[in-house]
Amino acid sequence: MMVLQGVLLVLVAVGGTTVVLVRDPLRQSIVAGVFGLLLGVLFFAFQAPDVALSQIVVGSLVLPAMIVLTLAKLAQLRGLDE
Amino acid sequence: MSFLPYAVAAWLLLIGLYGVVTSRHLVHLIVCLTVVQSSSYVLLLAIGYRTGAEAPIYKDIPPETPVVDPVVQALTLTDVVVEATVATLLLALAVQAQKRFGTVDPDEIATLKG
Amino acid sequence: MSRRVRSGLFLVAAVVFGSLFIWGLLGLPAFGDYQGPYGIVLEDVAVEERAGVNIVVSTTFDYRGFDTLGEEYILFAAALGAVVLLRQQRGEQKDEEEEQDHPADRQRRDTSDALRLLGLGLVGPLVVLGIYVIVHGALTPGGGFQGGIVLASAFVLVHVAGRYLILKRVRPMPLVEITEAGGAAGFVLIGLGGLIAGSTFLFNFLPLGEPGTLLSAGMIPLLNISVGLEVAGAVVLLFSEFLEQWLLRGRGGDA
Repeated sequence: MMVLQGVLLVLVAVGGTTVVLVRDPLRQSIVAGVFGLLLGVLFFAFQAPDVALSQIVVGSLVLPAMIVLTLAKLAQLRGLDE
Repeated sequence: MSFLPYAVAAWLLLIGLYGVVTSRHLVHLIVCLTVVQSSSYVLLLAIGYRTGAEAPIYKDIPPETPVVDPVVQALTLTDVVVEATVATLLLALAVQAQKRFGTVDPDEIATLKG
Repeated sequence: MSRRVRSGLFLVAAVVFGSLFIWGLLGLPAFGDYQGPYGIVLEDVAVEERAGVNIVVSTTFDYRGFDTLGEEYILFAAALGAVVLLRQQRGEQKDEEEEQDHPADRQRRDTSDALRLLGLGLVGPLVVLGIYVIVHGALTPGGGFQGGIVLASAFVLVHVAGRYLILKRVRPMPLVEITEAGGAAGFVLIGLGGLIAGSTFLFNFLPLGEPGTLLSAGMIPLLNISVGLEVAGAVVLLFSEFLEQWLLRGRGGDA
């Protein structure tokens, strides 16, 4: 097994742990974007370019955008209730 | 040492589940769910890997080189896109929960009635 | 059940499950020692049989095309579910004021000029890149799913760099819905073409062409295009639904 794959796997494990341990959802969305990029690079190291392309596009674009939009809407709803 | 990819997949699954169980905010819960999903991608790709093989695109390599398994890649790539959309559906549910119950804390939602 | 009891129960269950999982994973062949017969057969025959050099796309859209049909419908159903969930509720009225174009709003902008310039400059290349990735699915890494999202991101960029009202003019809602439904139906219709040609559903009935050129691999480019349209339509629809929420009783939100 190559050194690059080993290093990336450890980084992915650390990244996943960080995503879970960050509790504030807004900060978590940024960390989730970085985690998605790390996963994409890992998939490249596994000789899977199609999957890496999917993961980078989805994990850094669609997911953080939707999370931020949801948080904005939740903040708006909460601001109206109080 | 060659067990590392499987160990990382198992670790991601367990830490994601821990995040889901001990979450205090529905959006945090949904992001932890995406960590659980990513463990399945790592496991699938680790099964299909072949040492010394190339990516399965025969454009510029001679047609006899060994390649990694294309079937697991086909499964994983549709999976990535579809599960992001399902996560968006869950986020819409979270917005509705805030409208209905006035809170996004899973513990408080469980104790509200009706 | 209180939090503490739940966390304790989870830790016990996680230890048990984790050990069983690791024990199961130890039974797999070592990493890199791939033995599955399916992949080895595919690498020998796929290029001649389907005339497509990207074996992953050949697998997704031809050998396992039925699975892709199912996955595409999960996407369709998720977009449908989000639209149903976020529809206008009883008692919430649309803030009609926000829909008008106020000249005063045009000066009060929070986004920087660099962001707006770069965003608007990138919209054209993104659309071209999306179409390129979709159509070249059989030749290079890519295909319908990835290219569809790249196309949808062009619309997201219009919102980030401009204003929501411009986005509404650029993407009329009926067109988005027709695109998404058309993409989903197109997959089934192309599959039915296989039935009409006298063989099975999703049989590759178009002439195969030469591997490496754009017009190769039979109906795989057509399937790529229909999936790409469907994915782009679904993502733009979801994004617009979330943005519409801003207009519902919106106050103080500079959309």
